[in-house]
Amino acid sequence: MLFQPAIIALLLAAGLAVLMLLLATPFALQVIRRWDMASGSELQLILERRTYLFSTLVSFVLVVQLGALLLFVFNADRLAAMFVGAMCAVGTLNVNEWGFPALIAQMLVFFLAAAWLAINHVDTQARDYPLVRIKYGLLIVLLPFLAASFWLQFRYFSGLKANVITSCCGSMFSTEAESIAGDLSALPPLPAIWLFYSAMAVTTLLALWHWRRRGAVSGGLLALLSAAGFVVAMTGVLSFVSLYIYEHPHHHCPFCILKPEYDYRGYALYLPLFAATAAGLGAGAIQPFARVASLRAIVPRVSARLAALTAAGFLLFTVVATGFVLASNLILIEH
Amino acid sequence: MIELLDIRKAFNQNRPNEYWALHGIDLAIEAGKVTAFRGPSGSGKTTLLTIVGCLSRPTSGRVRFKGEDISALPERFLTDIRRQSFGFVFQQFNLIKGLSALENVILPAFPTGRPRAELVARAGELFARLQLAHRAQARVEWLSGGEQQRVAIARALINDPEVIIADEPTANLDTALSMEFMAILEGFTAAGKTVLLTSHDPLVVESSAVHRVVGMRDGRLIGD
Amino acid sequence: MSPWLEKQFHLIDFTLASLARRKTRNLGLLVVYTLLVFVLASLTLYSNALRSEAKHVLAGSPEVILQRMVAGRHDLIPPGYLDKIGRIRGVQKKEGRLWGYYYDPVLNANYTFMARPASEVADGMIMVGEALARERGLAKNNTISFRSYSGKLFTFEVAAVLSPDSELLSADLVLLSEDDFRRFFEYPDGHYTDIALSVANPQEVRNVAAKLTAALPDSRPILREEVQRTYQSVFDWREGILLTVLAGAILAFAILAWEKASGLSAEEKREIGILKAIGWETGDVIRMKVWEGLLISLTAFLGGFLAAYVHVFHFGAAVFAPVLKGWSVLYPKFALVPAVDGLQVATLFFFTVFPYTAAILVPIWRAAITDPDAVMR
Repeated sequence: MLFQPAIIALLLAAGLAVLMLLLATPFALQVIRRWDMASGSELQLILERRTYLFSTLVSFVLVVQLGALLLFVFNADRLAAMFVGAMCAVGTLNVNEWGFPALIAQMLVFFLAAAWLAINHVDTQARDYPLVRIKYGLLIVLLPFLAASFWLQFRYFSGLKANVITSCCGSMFSTEAESIAGDLSALPPLPAIWLFYSAMAVTTLLALWHWRRRGAVSGGLLALLSAAGFVVAMTGVLSFVSLYIYEHPHHHCPFCILKPEYDYRGYALYLPLFAATAAGLGAGAIQPFARVASLRAIVPRVSARLAALTAAGFLLFTVVATGFVLASNLILIEH
Repeated sequence: MIELLDIRKAFNQNRPNEYWALHGIDLAIEAGKVTAFRGPSGSGKTTLLTIVGCLSRPTSGRVRFKGEDISALPERFLTDIRRQSFGFVFQQFNLIKGLSALENVILPAFPTGRPRAELVARAGELFARLQLAHRAQARVEWLSGGEQQRVAIARALINDPEVIIADEPTANLDTALSMEFMAILEGFTAAGKTVLLTSHDPLVVESSAVHRVVGMRDGRLIGD
Repeated sequence: MSPWLEKQFHLIDFTLASLARRKTRNLGLLVVYTLLVFVLASLTLYSNALRSEAKHVLAGSPEVILQRMVAGRHDLIPPGYLDKIGRIRGVQKKEGRLWGYYYDPVLNANYTFMARPASEVADGMIMVGEALARERGLAKNNTISFRSYSGKLFTFEVAAVLSPDSELLSADLVLLSEDDFRRFFEYPDGHYTDIALSVANPQEVRNVAAKLTAALPDSRPILREEVQRTYQSVFDWREGILLTVLAGAILAFAILAWEKASGLSAEEKREIGILKAIGWETGDVIRMKVWEGLLISLTAFLGGFLAAYVHVFHFGAAVFAPVLKGWSVLYPKFALVPAVDGLQVATLFFFTVFPYTAAILVPIWRAAITDPDAVMR
């Protein structure tokens, strides 16, 4: 089922991103081999100018990947009408075994690109561009991820056959399902709420701590906690936030909240969450370079700013989620 | 203030038409003085000015600006230094057509992110000092040659640089306007700014406003 | 305000001024860009409107329709068949339906004749769809004659013209009484065209269908959700095919954008050289140019999309209707109910802005790396 406008757009975006990085690879190799900051030769000047192109390209890829991520979920949700048993994105993603891997790859590419841009940003602040080789090595490392994401999407979309009977969010996120998703949703509301709020509080506090103290250790920890916070946040959405939004005690689904029936409330949750996680991972990604002489002042400054963004993002996410819970008519916990 | 050590600059390196514009220049430039480079066209004086003014990097050799070695700085940081510390007055004035004099003057400050109101106020002061206030809103292509040069000077001063670099500033001016320019130049020295200029106009290089004249030929210095 | 934000405003200021200074040059690209968005947006809006129209139609149709099959072909429902179904749990209502097609040589078009109970349409009366009434010049209380397939002439009086809520549904519809229907088509007594069943709970539709097939092995249940799916995939597929065809146009446009972006005039090159010499950084020039691209994109997108909206919903998509609709001749004019869908807009945005931006990135960079000392040479 490739002749769907949104699918063509997604494949186009993923394919073009791969192509762009592929074309950039020879130049990246050249940078790695021939870079010599001390030289004033014309080759060095050309290489330096090319670095502008690369950071622009990767920023573009990042923005496109974020857009593609939204479009991917949006489209999966819409296609649900085509599959027996599918009522939202979950059903569509379950049509074949490539659906969820494709989604996860898409998210991974987004976070990796964000981490790369964080490293790129600190590097361009330092007068001797100390991370140039590492950066371009990492750019080449990014390529297989992009290619994998493209491949998974292609497999997924080309394997989409209407009339496949699929399982829906009702069965996947139902509390009886024996899967990770089922286990996450099966958390009883009270512990889930405790876990959710304590994780959000710890992550936000650590981000604030790092924002003030700027240490390398807390920076690395922030990346770990952001990743963990992301998982807990998703668990929270699965186990109780979504229930309050749907006002239904058994509807655990992270996708239906993106639908117009629920006023697109999911976007208000996910955008700050993704931004916060990307910023937290970025803050961690630059910590290994905190001891490079020319970065000693820069890394703490940049990571403090990223930490502020992380704190703000998680806080906003928590506030928005709490707002949805409080505004809901559903009662999960008896007082 | 500015020290040059064995500066060489090549164009079209490793190609058949390789050409060395500078062959080992050693020079120290004092702060607060007016230094003029004199020489025939093709002598390398403009290339030397671009290196001093952080517009380009030498192929080899060292440039020190206020004690810091800037010869291997990437363009991004050279641009920072250039924006803060150097103001340029070009031979062709190089104003952007279609924009008003005011817009042209505040352009160099755009990347600094200073608020527009502040920039307009600063430009107003400069226009007043250069007797251009009545022309601020006029498009630059409607201005006379002398007015255009004063707009170019105002533009060079908007970021309050320590060094003013002027490339053949009087080449497109008649005697009266050239004299006027030299008067403005003396104002710079009085304000403590360093001025570097190239010229083969006797009116400039023999003027009392110029403290030092450096001769150049074929990419080398010839005695002061 | 933060310096960063202030700087972006400065860059936008400069971009707007420079766009205004080169009106004619940018106008050409803007027109082509807007036209592309217009074509693509008309296409998506139109097929989306058709899709929601179809949904609308289906919403009123029964959950399950049972057809009898003879030798793999759709056949009449014989008498007594309805009773054989018996009671099935979940089925709220079951009724035999009578309908057929009638070819009208005057208009060279097919009408759908459908029988209604006598309480709705009296013998000798008909109700007709809006499009049909318009084409044949019919109004209430007019009479019209149809020559039946057996050669006899029947005259009916128009009792009402059906309301044009959803024209796709009723455009070619003629409602008449059951007796008239049987006489007109010489339809055997007790036979029906098919059986409609209403099922309240959507979860049970499949079970009901399974039971029907078990009880009446020579029948074929058609589920509404399946028809819906087919419609959607047909429209999606048509739209996709057209988009693929139009991919050539998108590519041509991307090449044009690339050309335009790389073919900087001497004047523009000089300007960038000046900006760099007076203290703009390569990144600043790139940012300025990206703003320029964004402004052009958004203008073209908004302009093209609004034009397409007017085209589709006020002028009935005059340009594309033949390709996308293309079945009956009876739809010369039917107003679509405005329906805009987020996914469509997002996809459209992707299809136009993404290729444009991708095409101009490298030329932008090329322009931005102009030597700052170029202006001194």
